[in-house]
Amino acid sequence: MSFHPNAVQERARVASALILAGFVLLLGTFFRTMVLQNARYVLASEENRLREIPLPAPRGIIYDRNSQVIAENLPGYSISLLARNEDTLRTTMDRIGAVVPVTPEQIGSAVRRYRRDRSRPTVLFGDASFELVSLLEERRVEFPGLIIQSAPKRHYPDGPAVSALVGYTGEISDAELSQEPFADYKAGQQVGKDGVERQYESRLRGREGVRFVEVDARGRVVRENAREDIPPDGPAPLYTNIDLDLQRYVAEIFGDSLIGAVVAMEPRSGEVLALHSAPTFDPNRFVGGIPQSYWDELQRDPRRPLYNKAIKGTYPPGSIFKLATAIAAMENGLVDIDDQMPVPCTGGYQYGNRYFRCWDKKGHGNVTLAEAIEHSCDVYFYQLGLKIGLQRLIAGGIRLGARARSGIDLPSEVRSLYPTDPPKKYYDARFGPRGWSNAVTLNLSIGQGENSQTVVNMARLYTALATDGFAARPEIVRGQAERTRLFSLSDAQLKGIQDALTNVVGRGTAAGSRLQGIAVAGKTGTAQNAQDAFADHAWFVGYAPAGEAKIVVAVMLEFGLHGSRAARIATKIMEKYLKARVVAMPVVEGE
Amino acid sequence: MKSPRIPTDWPLPALAFVLSAFGIAMVYSAGQTEMPSFIEGIWRIQLVWFLLGVSVAYGISRTSVRLLEWGSVWVYLGACALLLLLLFIGQGAGTAASTKSWLAIGGVRLGQPSELAKIAVVLMLARVLSAQRVAPTSLFGLWRPAAIVLVPWLLIMAQPDLGTGIVFLGIFFAMLFWSGVSWPLLVLAASPAISLILAFGPGVWGAWFFLLLGLLWWVRPAWLETSVLVGTNVASGVVAPLLWGQLNPYQQRRLLVFLDPSADPRASGYHLIQSQVAIGSGGFFGKGFTDGSQKRLAFVPEQYTDFIMAVVGEELGFLGVILSLGLFGMLLLRTVRIASRSSSPFASLVAFGLTAAWFTHVMVNVGMTVGLMPITGIPLPFFSYGGSFMLACWIAVGILVLVSAEGRGKADGLVI
Repeated sequence: MSFHPNAVQERARVASALILAGFVLLLGTFFRTMVLQNARYVLASEENRLREIPLPAPRGIIYDRNSQVIAENLPGYSISLLARNEDTLRTTMDRIGAVVPVTPEQIGSAVRRYRRDRSRPTVLFGDASFELVSLLEERRVEFPGLIIQSAPKRHYPDGPAVSALVGYTGEISDAELSQEPFADYKAGQQVGKDGVERQYESRLRGREGVRFVEVDARGRVVRENAREDIPPDGPAPLYTNIDLDLQRYVAEIFGDSLIGAVVAMEPRSGEVLALHSAPTFDPNRFVGGIPQSYWDELQRDPRRPLYNKAIKGTYPPGSIFKLATAIAAMENGLVDIDDQMPVPCTGGYQYGNRYFRCWDKKGHGNVTLAEAIEHSCDVYFYQLGLKIGLQRLIAGGIRLGARARSGIDLPSEVRSLYPTDPPKKYYDARFGPRGWSNAVTLNLSIGQGENSQTVVNMARLYTALATDGFAARPEIVRGQAERTRLFSLSDAQLKGIQDALTNVVGRGTAAGSRLQGIAVAGKTGTAQNAQDAFADHAWFVGYAPAGEAKIVVAVMLEFGLHGSRAARIATKIMEKYLKARVVAMPVVEGE
Repeated sequence: MKSPRIPTDWPLPALAFVLSAFGIAMVYSAGQTEMPSFIEGIWRIQLVWFLLGVSVAYGISRTSVRLLEWGSVWVYLGACALLLLLLFIGQGAGTAASTKSWLAIGGVRLGQPSELAKIAVVLMLARVLSAQRVAPTSLFGLWRPAAIVLVPWLLIMAQPDLGTGIVFLGIFFAMLFWSGVSWPLLVLAASPAISLILAFGPGVWGAWFFLLLGLLWWVRPAWLETSVLVGTNVASGVVAPLLWGQLNPYQQRRLLVFLDPSADPRASGYHLIQSQVAIGSGGFFGKGFTDGSQKRLAFVPEQYTDFIMAVVGEELGFLGVILSLGLFGMLLLRTVRIASRSSSPFASLVAFGLTAAWFTHVMVNVGMTVGLMPITGIPLPFFSYGGSFMLACWIAVGILVLVSAEGRGKADGLVI
C-alpha cells in the first residue's frame, strides 16, 4: 500500500531533503553574488547610477607684456545629451529641431561626436546662445538626459587685431583625435587651432572637472550633484612679449585695405612686440564652430586672410637682402665700407650678353659701399656679387639663415627658400647643367633670383644688424632668449654698415620716413612679384633708435609697389613704440 | 449550523502571514522610484487582495476535506472551461502583454485563471491518484493523471505561458512521486522532456540516450512501452530544433540569454544582468529598505512582480535573502509535514501537490533573479504583486490548514 505511514514518512524525508538542497543551492548562489562578488556588482551599480558630466575647464588667459588681456574666457553655455543610443540622439535632435532651428550639419556632428565617445554626454550645441538655452530650459522635461551647463567661451577682446599671433580655438577634429599629442583629448573638446593657442596648447589647456549626476534606466537625470563635484582647473595665465597697444596700432595702420605682414621685435632678447598679417579675420567668430558663410567668405577672399603672411608667406626679399651680400663681402675681406666698384653706375650693368638694370635709370655714378646701401644701387651689388663669387655668396647667405626658419614659437612657420651650397649642384638640379649661367650671381646679389624669405626671418636677420652680429630667436612667449652669431665683423665694419642703414632713412631711399627726434636705420626693398609684374612687393626692415636699437620692425606689403611705402609704416610703428615707452616706462611687466 | 471546533495548525498561517506582510512591504518599496509611476500605490491593492485571501482561506479551513474531494471534479472542469474561454477572450498585461493570460470582464482585469487551475489540477490529480489502490507501475498506467495535467497544460501553453507550464510539470512529477510511483518510472516518464532540453547539445543528448537505454534494460517495461519511450525520446531529440523555430523570438532570446547572459546585454540579458547587479550590490546588509539605487532608478526590470527578489537582495542584503528564503523553507517543510501526517491519501496528495507548486515557484522565480534558472516570468508566492496569485496562495493556505486539522497526531513543531 503506497500510503502506509512508513512509506509516506520515507518520501517526506526525501522530499524535505530535496527542498533543503534546493534552498541551499539558492542561498549558495546568493552568497556568491552578494558577498563574494559584491565589489564587482557595487561598481556596476555605481556605473549604472552615476554619469560623469565633464565640466569644461577655462583655458589659460593670455596676457601681453603689460598684463593686458589678449585672450580670455567669457561665460557661455553648452548643451549636451546623455544618449543611450544613436536613435535616441537622433530623435532628441529632431524634437529639439521642432523648438529651435537645427541644421543637418549640427545633427551630423552630434552623431559623429557620439560615435567617438559614447560614455560622455554628447555635445549638441557647443556654444549655445542665451535664447536657445532659455527655450530648451523651459521644455527640459520633454528632453530627458539633456544637460545644459555653463562652459567657458574663448574671447579675444581685440579680435581681428590679434588673430595672426594668437590664432583661435575650435572643436578638436577627428584627424587630431587620432594623433598622439591629443591622446587624452575627447571628442567635443576645444583645442587651440592656430597661433599661440595651438603652440602653447599644453599650457593653455585646463583640467576638466567632473559633475556626477544620477540617472535612471532611461537616462533621465533624476538628481544633480549625486557626489561632490571635481571642479575644473584653469591653468596659470600665459604671459607673452606682445605689446598689445603696439599690436593694435599695427592692425589699425593696415586696416582692411593693405595686404601684408609686420613683425616687430626687441633686437637683443628676441621678444616679439607685434606680429600682424593683413587682411585679418575675427577669431571670435571661430569659437563654438565657424559659421559656414564666414568660412566661405574667408576662403574665397583672394587676399587670403587665413594665410599668416608673417610666418607662412615667402617673398623675394629684394634690396633688403643686399646687406647679406655686403656682409659676405666684408667677412671675406673683399671690400670695405668706403670702397668703390670698378664700373660706376650708369643705370645698368653689362654682363656677358645681358644688360642688368639698376632700379634708378639715371644711375648713381661712383658710389662707396655705404652709399650703395643708402641708395640701394644695384650696379654696385652686381659687381660685388661677382667679386665674392657664387659659392661664397650663397654660403654667406646660408650663414645668415636664408635657408632657415626663424624659430619663432608659432606653429607651421615656413622655411625660407634659398639655394644650397654647393651652388652648382643646386642650379644643375634646378635648371639642368646647361640651363643656367653665372648671371644668377647678379640676381642673388641684389636679393632677387632663387631667394624667397619670410617676414619673420628678415626681422631676425636685422636683429643681428641692429646689434652685434648676433640674431635673436623671435619669441612671443617669454622663454630663454637664444642668440646666434650670424656674422663676425669688426666694430668699424659693423658701424659702417649701421651708419649706412641710418642714412637710408636719413637721406636715402626711405628719406620720406624720417622721424622727429628718433634716428631710424633700415633698408627698403622692392621685390619683383611673380604674380603681377606691375605690382611689386614692398619691404622695409629696420630698427630704431639707430645707436642702441630697441625695436626691429620688418614690414612687407604685397603689391606695395615701393619699399618707401613699407618704410613709412615701419617708422610709424617704431615711433609709436618708442614714444610710448618714454611715457609709460614704469609699467610693471608681467607677473 | 455551528461548525465543530478544529484545532488550527497555527505555524502555517503564521508563516504565510509573515511572508505576505514581508511581501507587501517589498511591493511598497518596489513602488518607491525616482520617477513616480502607478507602481507607487499598488501595495494597497495587494493589501486588499491579501485580506480577501485571508478571509477566503479562513472560509476554506472551515469546510471539510470530503467537500474538497467532492468538489475537485467541478473545480477542475470549471478551471479547464475558463482556460478554454481565455483563448478567445483572454488579455495580455504587463510583461506578458502579448499573451492571453488574463480574464477580463468589461475591461476590468479580474485575474489569471491559470492560478486557480494550479489548485484545480492538484485537487483533481489527488483525487485520481488516491483512487488507485496501488501506485502505477507502468507508463501506460499513468495515462489518467497524465491526461488530467495535459489538458490544462496545453491550454496554458497555448496562451502562451511557459512559466506556469513548468509549474504544472513540477506538480505532476511531485504528486506521482508522492503517490508511490517508483524512481525509474518517474525518470522514464520525464525522459521525453529531458531529451527535449538536452537536444540542444547533440553529444549530451547522445549520452543521455545511452543512459536511458540502460535504465530501460534494468526496468524492462513492456516492449510497446519501450518502443514508445525510445520513439518519443528520439523524436524530441530531433524535433526539438524544429520546435525551437516555433518558439516566439522573445522565448528564444530568454532561453539563449539563460545560457549566456552577456550575449545580448541591452535586450533580454539586460534583465538578468540588472537583477544580478541589484542583488550583488546589496552586499551583506543591503542598501536599506526603499533605498535600493538600482530599483529607484528603474534598472531592475519588473521589480514589483517577477524580480521582487532583486529588491529584497538590493535593499535588505544577504540577511534579507536568508530571512525570506528561511521563511519559505520553514513553510515548505511545514507543508511536507502536513502531507506526511495526513490520514487520507487524497488530503496527503493535495498537501504535497500544493507544496510542489510553491517549491517550483520559489526555485524558478528566485533562481532566475540570480541567473540560476531561465527567465520565465513566474511570480514569487506571497511576494510578487498580483491579486489572483495572492488569492490562490491563501486558498492553498486554507486547504493546507484544513488538511492539517484532519491529520494524525499533533500539528506542533516547525520541522519534521
